[in-house]
Amino acid sequence: MTNLPTQELENLVDKIRDELGGAEKITDLERLRVAYVGKKGVLTQQLKRVGSLPPDQRPEFGHAVNEAKKTVEALIDERRSLLSDKSISQQLRDERIDETLPGRGSRIGGLHPLSRTMNRLIDIFGKMGFDVADGPEIEDDFHNFEALNIPPNHPARAMHDTFYVAESTLLRTHTSPVQIRYMRDHKPPIRVIAPGRVYRCDSDQTHTPMFHQIEGLAVDENISFADLKGVLITFLRAFFETHLNVRLRPSYFPFTEPSAEVDISCVFCSGKGCRVCKRTGWLEVLGCGMVHPQVFRNVDIDAERYTGFAFGLGVERLTMLRYGVDDLRLFFENDLSFLRQF
Amino acid sequence: MIISEHWLREWIDLDADTTELVRILNMGGLEVDAVHPAGPQLDNVIVGRIVSVENHPDSDRLRLCQVDTGGNHSVGIVCGAPNARAGLFAPLALPGAELPGGRLVELATIRGVDSSGMLCSARELDLGDEADGLLELDDNARPGQSLHDCLSLGDSIIEIELTANRGDCLSMLGVARELSVLTGSALNHPALPIIEPENDAGIPITLDSPERCPRYVGRVIDGIDAKVRTPSWMSERLRRCGVRPVSAVVDVTNYVMLEIGQPMHAFDKDRLNERILVRQAREGESIELLDGSVNTLDANILVIADAGGAVAIAGIMGGEYSAISVDSKSIVLEAAFFAPQAISGHARRYALHTDASHRFERGVDPELPRIAANYATALLQKITGGTPGPVIEAADSRFLPDPKPVAVRHQRVNRLIGVDIPRQDIEAILSRVGSQITDSATGWHVEPPSYRFDIKIECDLIEEIARVRGYDRLPASVPTIRLDRIDASDTNVASDRVKSVLVDRDYREVITYSFVDPILQHRLSPEEREIDLKNPLASNLSVMRSSLWPGLLQVMIDNINRQHRRIRLFEVGKTFHGTVGDIVEKERISGVVTGTVWPEQWGCRERGMDFFDVKSDLEALFALTQLSDRFSFQRTEHHPGLHPGQAAVIRKDSSEIGYLGRLHPEHQRALELPQPVYLFEIELSALTRQKMPEYTGISRFPAIRRDLAVWVDEAVSAGELLDLISTTSGEYLINLELFDVYRREDIDSKRKSMAFSLTLQASSRTLTDSDVESIIDRTLRELHDHYGAELRT
Repeated sequence: MTNLPTQELENLVDKIRDELGGAEKITDLERLRVAYVGKKGVLTQQLKRVGSLPPDQRPEFGHAVNEAKKTVEALIDERRSLLSDKSISQQLRDERIDETLPGRGSRIGGLHPLSRTMNRLIDIFGKMGFDVADGPEIEDDFHNFEALNIPPNHPARAMHDTFYVAESTLLRTHTSPVQIRYMRDHKPPIRVIAPGRVYRCDSDQTHTPMFHQIEGLAVDENISFADLKGVLITFLRAFFETHLNVRLRPSYFPFTEPSAEVDISCVFCSGKGCRVCKRTGWLEVLGCGMVHPQVFRNVDIDAERYTGFAFGLGVERLTMLRYGVDDLRLFFENDLSFLRQF
Repeated sequence: MIISEHWLREWIDLDADTTELVRILNMGGLEVDAVHPAGPQLDNVIVGRIVSVENHPDSDRLRLCQVDTGGNHSVGIVCGAPNARAGLFAPLALPGAELPGGRLVELATIRGVDSSGMLCSARELDLGDEADGLLELDDNARPGQSLHDCLSLGDSIIEIELTANRGDCLSMLGVARELSVLTGSALNHPALPIIEPENDAGIPITLDSPERCPRYVGRVIDGIDAKVRTPSWMSERLRRCGVRPVSAVVDVTNYVMLEIGQPMHAFDKDRLNERILVRQAREGESIELLDGSVNTLDANILVIADAGGAVAIAGIMGGEYSAISVDSKSIVLEAAFFAPQAISGHARRYALHTDASHRFERGVDPELPRIAANYATALLQKITGGTPGPVIEAADSRFLPDPKPVAVRHQRVNRLIGVDIPRQDIEAILSRVGSQITDSATGWHVEPPSYRFDIKIECDLIEEIARVRGYDRLPASVPTIRLDRIDASDTNVASDRVKSVLVDRDYREVITYSFVDPILQHRLSPEEREIDLKNPLASNLSVMRSSLWPGLLQVMIDNINRQHRRIRLFEVGKTFHGTVGDIVEKERISGVVTGTVWPEQWGCRERGMDFFDVKSDLEALFALTQLSDRFSFQRTEHHPGLHPGQAAVIRKDSSEIGYLGRLHPEHQRALELPQPVYLFEIELSALTRQKMPEYTGISRFPAIRRDLAVWVDEAVSAGELLDLISTTSGEYLINLELFDVYRREDIDSKRKSMAFSLTLQASSRTLTDSDVESIIDRTLRELHDHYGAELRT
């Protein structure tokens, strides 16, 4: 009699062990847990028998019931963790994908290569302290020519095949009129670039009737030709990300004096001579000079007190050199197969 | 300007080979465009002298020439050239010679007669256009000498792209003079002859417009033989410099121009009526020019006239009637100084750009006419013979250029160039550049030479100093940045940021011409007044765009033709409005899209893009401004470019800022577009300012969501319902979404259901059920009262 309740407990635990071993789902396990060790479970109920036992057996039996409960709970946990491992691995098997399938949804577009170049120019000159200015594309003769020291019949006008919309209203042939407008509206010190579209009545393999320039202008009390040279060398080396050679050659623009054209060592052959640089090793990239005193007078800036430099560069030219584009016209054909390369 | 290196070097001794010469020119500001050999190599082509000519026994046209090939040898050559004659020196290609163009010369038997080579024309040797006869060489040629040596074809032709300010370099003398300045090498002055008169033949010369022509030099030469051939040394030099040989007299005037820079003209004296008068043209006066064109002149232009009328347009081109012909016996040489402003512009207006006008526009040395007249006389005497009269000069010194000394301050030189240049270095340069230099308190006074029209003020001479010293020798520095003016606006939206939104949403940026096809533009916006170009390149590029759509549509069409089907493009650029005198330029961002929503891919249901896909792109743009609720779309049926049932005018507050819509099906059909196309255009300025963010706190109390679905009439718009819900729901509404639009065609085709989710939240307390119920009830009631909305159950 004395061992009976304990023996019963042991038999019960064995029975439960067998049943747990047969449980294949977490829900089965949960049902068994409730049935045996829940509040009203079989094992839990055994504690009620304690009162009916002789007092000397009570502690022993109570202890045994608690031990049996612990054992069963441990068995349930063990089984649960086994089942849960099994179900996760099943889930992992079921949820396997082909990671090499392409991503879904939208793609990304792109900027026009000329915008890309203009952004870089604005960025580089911005770091050198240049603001950005804008001006009208339909200009008058005064701002496009006269104020820039190009009077009517000046031979330099022959270089500017001008589109007209009226007698002295025209499509600007360069971004230089922005110089005039900016100097009228701002007093020195001035440091500004003006990117934009310009127009010339010319169309062939190497000319399009519209193209882009960036004008640069710096005016202060002691701006010198050496500063011009330094700024352009810094810019060109930053733009091409290489320590290329830069040379200034004397040239002529009616609105600068002294004037210069700027060559860089050919970026395709490193100056050794190739087809692109016509075997000279040099590529012409921009024109520049010191602001002509007459231009200062035209905008009421004291030409004795202030000096300045100006430059103008072709965005298409720089883009072609930078990315190896060999036909100017591609920029305006807007073939998606071309644009997607940028 | 094209120069012959050999000819140039007659004027200056340079210690520099061709490569170095080119470098000096380039770095001096005379940009070299190209350098090429004066002629082909021509191995095995020699000078032959025709000893005798006999008829070919078997041909009427061919003849048999015995040709002296030097060293007492002679060979028999069969030749068909009409000018083959005994005594003629001509190029002889020997067997083995390869002619330009690849023809190989071999021993040949021509109609039974052996020919040991080939006598050649200029064309056959690529030495000119003349193909009708043998190239005639000068009598001092030596038989057997290689033609390459005889014509010094090892000479280099150097093409210089001169800037408009350097008219003084438009001659061998001018370039040599410039090289002398740049290198310090002395100029050779070959003795230019002074030819004394041999008779007193003359012609009266009157300057009627002395401010435009202050000097005119004429000279009569009688008894010339205009038929003689120009010696080959001269015609070869003309050819090298790009001037076509014409006749001996004309060739001499061109030769003088190329060598020393004075454009000249020669009149047939027997065709001149009494006198020479330099005057303004009479309005409507007409003249036939040497090129055969007949021009009606206006009173602005300067002419050379005789007692009868205009005989030449001064400084541009001579007249046909008074021109030298092969029968001319007596000529008048002209060498004048025309003021640049009297010539410039006129040549362009009459589309007559000539070597003479090119030089006079830029300025010809006023001291040259007399020298040139003498030099031409000397050359003519040798070639055409003739007896010269005295040099006749008409001049008005009041109007001749009078170069003023230009002050140069040493300190200003240093300040502008940015480096201290020693005094003696500057003096050395100025004394080479100027004709006269004197010291002043602050520097120097420099008198520019008569041929330098470009030196007028101090900075012109500073450029000379920098240029002659060498731009490559000048230092580079960078100006100091002023850090006291930093612009960093918090309310700007950079246009690049605006572009990025579209780029990130799979749009491709394009750049199209600002001038467009008026037909296409008119189709899309017939009411807009267009700004026309007066001189368009083509009719499809003849009006300024008033919208970016025509350009974008054209790019879309081009790309559809390139087999693209899904196209999403945008452009940022100006549009042009108004009329001349009152033109308005607007910067706009516009797009066109067609094709499927997604690029072709797996696992996405393919669907054509529609209005709302594009609308969401625009809403993303508006979100940049932090002011999305101030933008609105309102249906419009009146945009001629757009589908009247799928078009909206876009407003920011009350101002119209753009359009979104589907291309009108009529246009779609006319443009042969295979699928629907959606277009938008917005004023960029509406997007480039943003509200500065302002923090307002975060509610710690729970938000409550209620969904509301109502039936309304088809005519009621979502926007109306959304507006009403927002205003009615009051301050607790923190989010409102329209999440479903539903139709039951089978039950009710006149109504639709729209479902909204309202999120309600208070900042200071938890909303109670009754708070929420009263808001929903009120909203439903308002919806019913205004739009007849009924709750969908």
